[in-house]
Amino acid sequence: MRGPSERAGAPRAGEPPDITDALMRSGLIDVSYVIEDSPVGRLLLAATDHGLVRVHYLIGEDAVDRAIEGLAAKVSPRVVRAPLRLDGPRRELEEFFAGRRREFEIALDPRLIRPGFTRRVLEQTARIPFGTTVSYRTVASLAGNERAFRAAGSALGSNPLPIVVPCHRVLHSGGGLGGYTGGLDIKRRLLAIEGVLPEPVPGIG
Amino acid sequence: MDLPPFQTLLDHHGRDVHRFLIASVGPTDADDCYQETWIAALRTYPSLQSASNLRGWLLTIAARKAIDAHRARGRRAVPMAEPPEVSFTPRELADDLWSAVRALPAKQRAAVVLRHVLDAEYPAVAATMGVSEAAARRSVHEGLKRLREEHGHAWTV
Repeated sequence: MRGPSERAGAPRAGEPPDITDALMRSGLIDVSYVIEDSPVGRLLLAATDHGLVRVHYLIGEDAVDRAIEGLAAKVSPRVVRAPLRLDGPRRELEEFFAGRRREFEIALDPRLIRPGFTRRVLEQTARIPFGTTVSYRTVASLAGNERAFRAAGSALGSNPLPIVVPCHRVLHSGGGLGGYTGGLDIKRRLLAIEGVLPEPVPGIG
Repeated sequence: MDLPPFQTLLDHHGRDVHRFLIASVGPTDADDCYQETWIAALRTYPSLQSASNLRGWLLTIAARKAIDAHRARGRRAVPMAEPPEVSFTPRELADDLWSAVRALPAKQRAAVVLRHVLDAEYPAVAATMGVSEAAARRSVHEGLKRLREEHGHAWTV
């Protein structure tokens, strides 16, 4: 099939210029994002003017589209791929994965966290030090309701900022790993980076 | 109102907007117009009432930026000292035909470019230009007629 340009003999234009910088300078981007490869798979990092708003494990087809559609619906449709805006979070995560960073210092935008109990659970989770783990019951208790450990589990499952808000440090009191949004392999991997679990043996588990 | 992420518009319609601008204002001004088009689009995007014709909406903004560029060029008294590099190769038609297209009155130019460069159907041409379908057909017809008269080229309709 002949394209429109051939039909009318239009000039064959080159690629459109990259205008990311100009869009950034305009100050009109509400949500910037970048896609990063990491030891725990592909990640989409998104930030607003207030700070990092989303860390998303990109799993499956159309994962990027689904992630940015979520941001458009929940934050603002002015979502643009602008890697420079994510330099800080990218660097800190890279250092974390390389074992050179124990705490994150980047600003966070908590707007995707449900207020109330979920927010309190994630605030307590953010305080769990590198290399240590606590039980769901302990997190529930710290958030003000010891008996709500199941609710604490779903609060952790809704964490929009995994890794940075370290929900992987919350385990079953019996020693079981519990759950993880990105899959238990990722949880094991993160705990291995922190020295809590041995490095996973390739090919097993 | 759930609008798609702005990046999706850039990814899906960037090439068409760029092609439209190259045909409308030429390769030299196209890149500036392209940038201005997208900044203007980003500015008003959240207040858009419907996501049903985003391509038409973007081309409308591009058409406006193209008109601005033509006006600005008209005000420029002195031509550029050195002719800029032309970054595209016209395939079947000569450069001077494209100059002739760019010299058409704004409405005819927009209509001809939409119909024959971007291959838009008449209802889409009309929607983009904010005129009736009949007016869009008339603009394309008059534009082509003028090109034939001035250029003597048999433009395929």
